[in-house]
Amino acid sequence: MIVMNPTKNTTKRVAKVVILVAVLIVPLMLSTFGFTFYLDLATRLSILAIAAVGLNLILGYGGMVSFGHAAYLGIGAYAVGIPAHHWLYGGLNMVASTNGFLQIGLAILASALFAFLTGLVCLKVKGVYFIMITMAFAQMLYYLLVSISEYGGDDGLVIDTRSEFPLISLDDPLQMFLVSVLSLFIIMWGVRRIAKSQFGMVLEGIKGNEARMISLGYNTFRYKLVAYVISGVICGFAGALLGNFTTFISPEMIDWARSGELMFMVILGGVATTMGPLLGAITFIVVEEVLSSLTIYWHLPFGLMLIGIVLFVRGGLSSLLERGQKTDD
Amino acid sequence: MDTTLLVIQLLNGLQLGILLFLVASGLTLVFGILDFVNLAHGAVYMLGAFICASLTFVTGSFVWAVFFALPLVAIAGYLLERFIAQPLYERDHLDHVLGTFGAILVIDTLAHLVWGPAGIAIPLPAYLDGQIEILTEIVVPTYRLTIIAAGLSAAAGLYWLVNFTRLGMLIRAGASNRTMVSALGVDIKTLFSLVFALGAVLAGLAGMLIAPITEASLGMGNNIIITAFVVIIVGGIGSMKGAFYAALFIGLIDTLGRAFLDDIFKLFMSSAAAENSAPALSSMLIYILMALILSMRPQGLFPPKLR
Repeated sequence: MIVMNPTKNTTKRVAKVVILVAVLIVPLMLSTFGFTFYLDLATRLSILAIAAVGLNLILGYGGMVSFGHAAYLGIGAYAVGIPAHHWLYGGLNMVASTNGFLQIGLAILASALFAFLTGLVCLKVKGVYFIMITMAFAQMLYYLLVSISEYGGDDGLVIDTRSEFPLISLDDPLQMFLVSVLSLFIIMWGVRRIAKSQFGMVLEGIKGNEARMISLGYNTFRYKLVAYVISGVICGFAGALLGNFTTFISPEMIDWARSGELMFMVILGGVATTMGPLLGAITFIVVEEVLSSLTIYWHLPFGLMLIGIVLFVRGGLSSLLERGQKTDD
Repeated sequence: MDTTLLVIQLLNGLQLGILLFLVASGLTLVFGILDFVNLAHGAVYMLGAFICASLTFVTGSFVWAVFFALPLVAIAGYLLERFIAQPLYERDHLDHVLGTFGAILVIDTLAHLVWGPAGIAIPLPAYLDGQIEILTEIVVPTYRLTIIAAGLSAAAGLYWLVNFTRLGMLIRAGASNRTMVSALGVDIKTLFSLVFALGAVLAGLAGMLIAPITEASLGMGNNIIITAFVVIIVGGIGSMKGAFYAALFIGLIDTLGRAFLDDIFKLFMSSAAAENSAPALSSMLIYILMALILSMRPQGLFPPKLR
């Protein structure tokens, strides 16, 4: 990108570093002063931000608006819950384990598979069709989980034992937070690398003009599918962390409102930017915390806020799409 | 499986199909003509059920309640159009989705505030509450037949409206070229409002019809809207005919799958395995079908000819 104003760029760079450091340090400081609540909040924030980073890869860089990405959060969480359940109660010896590597591997494998299979279908279509189909597939998974009574059906399932790793204990809130926030930083860096690679450029090219990319000889379907699978895997990983964090899994995690919230984070923070999903997640968590502490009907002001943003942010939220691209260095 | 059960399940499937059509037709109408994605359509369906429930207790009669609730739902649809949809027509579909997602949160929470978290059961008048013998020895609830009849008449009315009236002509013209229609001196804004309100009335009617069976409840709109999406994707977005056939198809498949899949599975696997796998598969059946149809015909079964 062209350097427009070097001093402005430096300020932005400093601001970004400050935010990243703050995300790491502020919760740690607050927890040493006894406000452990904020540590949990920051853990949740980091996990949601990971999912938002994953969604941003396809929504922001690839222009594929998925309204079903909460499905991967669910897949990841169930990939922790199901082995833990069988480890305790027997059955399904193949996966029954509390080994963290196995569970996270399972989360990644299962999300990759789900993304690949649904991607084969939904990437054939564009626009509204894509939005609706991703939504429908997430709903399919929702009903599937509701129908399996072994894993609690509608009521969900308590995870009795968190994933076990050598040297690390996720039972300790501090370590849980550090694992989440460091994963977030690594994944943000990774997605940034992907976005700046040739692959990422092709992806943005497809978003801009798919027909042209096809004429240039790119197999656009394959590029989109790979991006879609990577995005699903990142969200699946976030889901595995979420399962460990809440120690509870239920089909409600896949509810389309969760997918909508993820979209909200990505778009509000600024699509196709490295920091955007994190900023969006911070905004979402703060808004949610403040509003829900005021009233149990916090969805009312939240909905009004959402409508207000869509209506009155000049040129609509999709204009942030362009703006985000130009200013991100 | 005996005949009575089969007939009853067929009727249940037909009933679900008809209700799905009422919801999906509004969606596809609004999308086909206004090029607007309305997620909040399911919220209107729910609103219809709740308004009808309250009016049933005010008027003392379910039938009168439906009669009075329809214009109220039309007004709700109009307000939704005026304040949320209209400013977004020129925008991206992404904005439509987010704006109406916000609207769902608002409408759902308002319904929660007004009607409380529990569902409201709607009592039926005696003449609708009975059973009727349609064939020898096959007895079905009268109200199920009423739903099917009411839904079919609404569908027929819609067909007549779109194909044989001046308003319908304008609607079809607006769908193919809205700039030209407004250049010819038609007040396109009012036309759009009317179409939106019409869609709301259809969805509201569906909510009112189902409420005596399932009761009016908070999550009901969000459950049906995604199934309605499946319907219009399978039928071809913007196509009324597609919505109709796809709705009946999806309604029948879903109902029959849930009712008979375990019996079918038992033919070739142990009954324990069948009882475990059948509910899981039948809950996914319509989505799998959607995926299959899409992979063969990405544009849906009956894509609209225009545009």
